[in-house]
This record gives sequence, C-alpha cells and structure tokens, in this order.
Amino acid sequence: MNRPTFLGMPATAPPGVGHLRGDESFPAAARRSLADPQLRRNLRHATTTIRAKSAGVIAESPDWEQLRAAGAAIKADTLNRLPELLEQLEAKVIEAGGVVHWAADAVQANQIVTDLVRAAGADRVIKVKSMATQEIGLNEALHAAGVTAVETDLAELIVQLGDDRPSHILVPAIHRNRAEIREIFLREMPGVDPALTADPSALAAAARRYLRETFLSTPVAVSGANFAVAETGTLAVVESEGNGRMCLTLPRTLITLMGVEKVVPTWRDLEVFLQLLPRASTGERMNPYTSMWTGVTPGDGPQAFHLVLLDNGRGAVLADEVGRQALRCIRCSACLNVCPVYERAGGHAYGSVYPGPIGAVLSPQLTGVDDNASLPYASTLCGACYDACPVQINIPEVLVHLRAEAVDARRRPTAESIAMAAAAYTMDHPRLYEAAQRASRLSRVAGRRGRGLPPPLNGWTASRDLPDPPTETFREWWAAR
Amino acid sequence: MRIALFVTCLADTMFPQAATATVRLLERLGHEVVFPPDQTCCGQMHINTGYPSDAVPLVRRHVRVFDPYDVIVAPSGSCVGAVRHQHATVARRAGDASLTSRAESVAARTYELSELLVDVLGVTDVGAYFPHRVTYHPTCHSLRMLRVGDRPPTLLRAVRGLDLVELPAQEQCCGFGGTFAVKNAETSTAMLADKMRHVLSTGADVCTASDASCLLHIGGGLSRLRTGVRTVHLAEILASTEHEPAVRG
Amino acid sequence: MVGRAVSARDLVLGRLRAALAGGAHTPVEVPRDYRHEGTLDLDQLVERLTDYRAHVHRVAEAAVADTIADILPAGGTVVVPPGLPPAWLPPTVTALSDDGLDNARIGAADAVVTGAAVAVAETGTVVLDGSPDQGRRVLSLLPDRHVCVLRADQVVATVPEALARLTPQRPLTWISGPSATSDIELIRVEGVHGPRKLHVILVP
Ligand code: SF4
Repeated sequence: MNRPTFLGMPATAPPGVGHLRGDESFPAAARRSLADPQLRRNLRHATTTIRAKSAGVIAESPDWEQLRAAGAAIKADTLNRLPELLEQLEAKVIEAGGVVHWAADAVQANQIVTDLVRAAGADRVIKVKSMATQEIGLNEALHAAGVTAVETDLAELIVQLGDDRPSHILVPAIHRNRAEIREIFLREMPGVDPALTADPSALAAAARRYLRETFLSTPVAVSGANFAVAETGTLAVVESEGNGRMCLTLPRTLITLMGVEKVVPTWRDLEVFLQLLPRASTGERMNPYTSMWTGVTPGDGPQAFHLVLLDNGRGAVLADEVGRQALRCIRCSACLNVCPVYERAGGHAYGSVYPGPIGAVLSPQLTGVDDNASLPYASTLCGACYDACPVQINIPEVLVHLRAEAVDARRRPTAESIAMAAAAYTMDHPRLYEAAQRASRLSRVAGRRGRGLPPPLNGWTASRDLPDPPTETFREWWAAR
Repeated sequence: MRIALFVTCLADTMFPQAATATVRLLERLGHEVVFPPDQTCCGQMHINTGYPSDAVPLVRRHVRVFDPYDVIVAPSGSCVGAVRHQHATVARRAGDASLTSRAESVAARTYELSELLVDVLGVTDVGAYFPHRVTYHPTCHSLRMLRVGDRPPTLLRAVRGLDLVELPAQEQCCGFGGTFAVKNAETSTAMLADKMRHVLSTGADVCTASDASCLLHIGGGLSRLRTGVRTVHLAEILASTEHEPAVRG
Repeated sequence: MVGRAVSARDLVLGRLRAALAGGAHTPVEVPRDYRHEGTLDLDQLVERLTDYRAHVHRVAEAAVADTIADILPAGGTVVVPPGLPPAWLPPTVTALSDDGLDNARIGAADAVVTGAAVAVAETGTVVLDGSPDQGRRVLSLLPDRHVCVLRADQVVATVPEALARLTPQRPLTWISGPSATSDIELIRVEGVHGPRKLHVILVP
C-alpha cells in the first residue's frame, strides 16, 4: 500500500546532471543562431522539405483527424491511470523474462545503467537514439565510469563525432549540411577513406563501414522506447537506418530506458500510434523499421533484458492539470518543423535536449519554471504547433499557463509586473484610459517614428517604425459624429 | 440588425480607420451600430504575458459592457480569439463561476468582422470598390484560433476593381506575437523579414489582414524599408466605394 | 521518515499517485471511429513497396525459385531459416540453413530468403514474426540483400488489421523498404545498416 504523502510530493528534475537546462536565456542563445546565415539556410531547407513530405502523406489518410483524436484520448487516459499501468507493464515484462528498474531521477537512472553495464563486464555500449538517455546525460555518466557509449544513429554519430549538441528531435544534425558532415567524418572517424566525397550516400556508406564491426563486437546496447504496452509487456522502437535493429538484436544484454509516460494501455493502441508517428514525423507512410519485443525470446536476440522506468520530473508535470498534456508527446517533432520561431532560432537556442514548441512547454515543467524561465516566451502563440501535433497537445495554452507560473514564481515586482498592473488599472478606468490615449498622441519624446525609444521597446524600433499616432482616436470620432 | 462594436484598444488608439470603416460598412449594409463607451481592453496582453490576475477586472468589465447585446463585432481576429478562448479560462482560474458562464455567453455572441458578414449577415459581396493589387495575410489567430478560413478572401474577391494575389507561405506568422516582438526582438525581426519578402514578391501595392496588431507590425517593417507597400485593414477595403474610397498613406 | 529506506519504485509510484490525487478524473472515452479495415488492393501494396525502393516480383508460387535465381548471382550463398520451404530455393545458390550460424557467416552471405507473417498494403510494410520460415531476427539483418516471399493471403489493407493478426509476444520486425536515412539534408539514402536491397516476391 502506497502512502503518497509519506513518500513525498512530485519533484522536478535535479540540476547539475543531464541536459534540460541551458546556460543562457532563449533570446541570448537565439541571437547567435540568427547571426549564422548557413545555419538559417540549413534549417529553412530542412523544415520546408519535411513539412511538405508530411503534408503529402497526411493528406493520403482520410481519417487523420479521427486518429489524432484517438491518439490524444489514449494518452490522456494513460496519464490518468499511469501508476497502475506501470505496475501492469512491470509485471508483464518480468513474466516475459525481463528485469524492471525504477529511477526517480537522472542520477539514479545513470547509476542503474552504469551498474548494469559493469555487471555485464563491458567497457563499451552501443546506443540507439533516445531522448531520455540524452535528457539524463547518460553518455557523460558512462564516460566518467570508464565506459564508451557509441551513438549509432547517423545524425547522432555526426553530432558525437563533431563534439556538438543535437538540435532537433528527429534529425539531430539538421543544422549541418553535407560539406560540414564530410569535414567532421574526415577529421574524426577512425579509418575513414580520405577520398570521401560529400555525397549523402557516400557519407552514409562511411558510417556503415565504421559501425559494422562495433555492432558485432559490443556486448551491451542501450535504447529508448517509443511505446511500451502495459497489457502485454511489449516494447517498440521506431527507426529508419537499421542501427536500432542492430542494437536490439546483436548484443547479449539490452538496457532500455524510457520515461514513465511512454506506456500505452493496450496492444491495440499501437494501431493508432503506428499510423500517427511516421506520417507526422518523417513524412513517411511507415518508417523503414519498427522492432517490437516482449521480454526475452530464447535463442533470438539479447538474452538479458532490463527496462529502466524514469521519472525525472515527470511526476511534477503530471501534477499540473493544464501542463500535464505535454506528457502525451510521442516525440514526432512535427511541432518543430512547423514552428516559425524554431525555423529561425534553431534547436540549440532552447538549451535543453527538447527543442522547439514541445521543449518550450516540457523543459520548464520538468525543471521547474524558474530554471527555464525564458522558454515559455519563446513563441508568438501562432498555434501552428497545436494544429500539427498528432496527439493534439494545445501547446499555446500550456505556454500561456506557464507564463503565468513564471510570473508568479518571481517573488519581487519587476518593471514589467508594475507596468502590467498599471496598464490593467488604467484600462479598468475609462477616464484614465482616455487620458492615456491623449498622452500617447502628444508624446513626441520617442522622436520620429519611435526610433528613440528606450530599452526594451527599442527592440521593436530597431527594425520597425511605429506609426504616428492618429490625429483622432476612434472614440473621439464617434463622439463627434 | 443592432450590432455592438467592440473596437479593441489598439484600433481605438492606433488604428481608428479600421474601426470607423467597420461602422461605415455595417451602416451602409443597413445595420445599426452601437458603441458602448465603457469598453476598454479585452486583457489579451495581460493574459498572454503571464498576468491573468491583472486581466480579471478587464474581463469583468468586458462582460458587463457587452452582456446586453445580442451581436458583437470586432475588427480583430486576435481580440475575438481572446474573448472566445481565454476569457472563460481567466474567470475560471479566478474561481468566479458566474463570471465564467457570462463570459462564455458573451463569447458565443462575439464575431470577427468576416465571420459576422458571411455567417450572421449572409453577405459575401458588400458592394465595395477598391482598385488595387492586394495580397492578404491570414493572421494566426484568425487562421487557427477562429478558423475564419476563406471568408476574408471570399469577401475580397467580390470587391470590384480588386486584384487579389496570393501571398506565398501565407500561413506563417509575421513575428508579432504581442510582447514576443519586444522580448524576442531578433527572432521577431527575422520572421518579419521573411513575411515582407513574400509580400514584396507578390507585386501588390496593398497588404491587408483582419488584425490591426499584425498590420502595425508588417506596416512598421514595410515603412522602415520605404517599400511603398501600404497596409490596409480588411474593413477599410470592404468599406471603400467609388464615392468614399479608403484614403490613407 | 527516519529509518525507512524507500525503494525507488515506491518513490516513483508514490509521486505519480500524489500528482494525480486531488483532481477528479472522469474516465476518458477513446473515440475509435478511425478506419479499421480497408479494401484490399494488391496493386497498392506493390506501388507502395516500389515507392520506397523495394523490388517487387509477382509470380506463381512454382516460379519462386526461378525468380530468386534471377535476383541472386549464381554460386552465391544464401542464409535460410530452418522452416523455409526448400522448393523456393534455386539450385544455383548455396543455402546456409540456420542451425545457430554465427554472425560472421550470416553477415558474409550474399542474401537471406525468408517468408513473412503479414503485410500492410496501405503502408507498403512486411512484418516478420520469427516463425520457422522467417527465423531469428539477425538473419534478415546482416546480409546485404533480403528476399521476402509473401503470399497474397498474408496481405491486409490497414495497420489495425495487421496488428490484429500478430502475436505481441513474438519478436516482430516491421519492414517498409530497405534501410534508409534522411539525416543528411533530409535527402533519403537507401541502405545504412540493414540490408541495402529488399526484394518482395508476391505469390497468389
Ligand atoms: S508535442 Fe506533438 S508535435 Fe511536438 S513532438 Fe510531441 S507529439 Fe510531436
């Protein structure tokens, strides 16, 4: 019998470990990306391409909206029943020969995985792309324990070899073009052919040669999971390159780390997500490979299977009735691809491993809004993300909700809060409001077209004129009629 | 029909021509327009910037001022969006159940101009004349919060003399976003630059939209670059006739 | 709570329960009015497999061996799962039946020939479930070429129909075209780590 109050309230992800917090605010980090024309071209090209592909295959699905509604409802139902579904999943995985571990935060999860790798006697692991392992900084933790983690997804490999940070959920090296990737390979890939060209298929072939021996000789793999079925204990990994199949098939030991929200209630629920995910994500009718496994299959694949269930702040997100919907996310990245802010600022500006609109609502909730206070404001609330999201997460609603939290979290009044209160007071007193209107017309202090405004309003007038206030307000016109 | 005008604080103060045009247009179509003078601001800026508590008195005022009217119109998709999708939430957050239900009721009677014309008044040809090459920017809140869809272009296509040219990548935000334009000025500017590039590529001499805020933003950028392209509110175009052309700029 | 070590399991579950406490949760009804079945169209399967660069051959079952002989170089080695119908293999190739072959031998083979469990026409997908004619997962992973023999009665129109036919407890591999990546400038490149060529032989 669990006693929730005794066991403590939901906690946010601890600082000092993992990658949920940036070193600087969004506007400061975005400034650097905006100043990089090559990055902007790469981003625009990539997001435009993927938007068009995705729109094409979504248009082919006559029941897309019904699938979205079903996907949203399945996830909402899951979140309502999360504890019992996790217990069911645990029982089914154990029944099928797996071992289940629970990690309250990144520190515990890193420790569990490190201990398992050590117990398997390995000093190297192969990894298939997983947001959760990046979130907790697993590679760094393994490195500190003397274990090399080899990223096997092509884009992750590019990022790892380039000593870089991922900038997109699905295409982590979206900020790099082929010439840059060729340079990274020539510089960092052991045994690479010096005659390597920048042709994408030559670059992919170089990665194939480089990784093949590693796949065959590494005894432990670490993966994430896209879905885990409580009813059957089945795990699913969706991928393209076959590196996932290699990791899930060849090693003796498989360690899968997943956020607790990745569970779905029934086998049948996969019929919804296997249609939503590839079309929203890569813009394919189906991704090249999906692997599903339940515990251990004697004689086929890893004979030791460990599932690590990670909280790391998810309980805190779940506790927020408005913000909770962010936990429905299936990491398709459609919201990034349609986001005009992401397209210009790039993924690094968001500081966390979760970039784009979903990052702007998820990271501040996982860490507590104090630690990612600029992210809820990194949006114009244009709503393109909400329309694109295959599980109907109302991202603008959560952003606005988190802005209120960010304001409430500040203990002292700020210039902004004083101005907001004053504006509200004025707006609630029509006489004052009319006086303010007259004052704005008289004010020429700002100089011609507002170019002399003080900070932060000069942010506006650096590139835009303010119109001259009209000679007559509407209410003056109306009164004079 | 008797129609209450929700002028919006921005149009009242900075873009009165959108509001006067709304009045002229509706009166020309034979309707009575009333202007409840106690109205001020819908509180959208407060809500979207993180100050929903400061918005509570403004929501209360808005509901009190407009509750007596059966049909309410605003020449702004964004402010109608706030009334329709945010007022009840703010009231609920403040724990005021009666305000919540009254806010929902007012919201159901509030229309953006193109919605009022097409859905309530049933007109698509308002008898306007506007001999210009025009491109239309479907502002985000009209497009996605209100789903006004093709109502504005349908109205524009019926305007005599008007040559409507499609805006490339029209569904992309202009980068305004209220305080976003100030808090994230560089990103906002980059978005605006692309929007202006698309506007200029159409060869239009007028860019129109149904939101004063976005028009001020796009217009501010076009003016800084001295492009000669004017921003004109949808209401101004629809109010324009041979005898009373929309004169501006 | 001095003296009582809380297990991570209790801590996580306790936190999640605490997070949900208080809110009244009306049970969520999942609307399932999306399509469950579609009209089966084998041409659609062929078109969608081809669209993702799989090679499709439609032949009578008796002609499977000849088709494979055309696909594979004479004298090549082919990995075969233990339950593969022997009649499918042409005499021109050397068959390595899987009796626990090591990875090096599997990887060095020119191709693997398998059957299939299910295929989805709308998405151009073949699913393997480890049955005797499909074998261990590694067989269809390491060789550079995968030849998959599919019977028309194994094809369904939609994803929901496919899931209904599959057994969750078996290791499942869903394959839609050859291995591919779009990680470089969103340009699709076939063949990264899995088989670089996929042939589907569709028999009535
Ligand atoms: S929030 Fe929605 S659109 Fe964005 S990654 Fe998650 S599921 Fe995809």
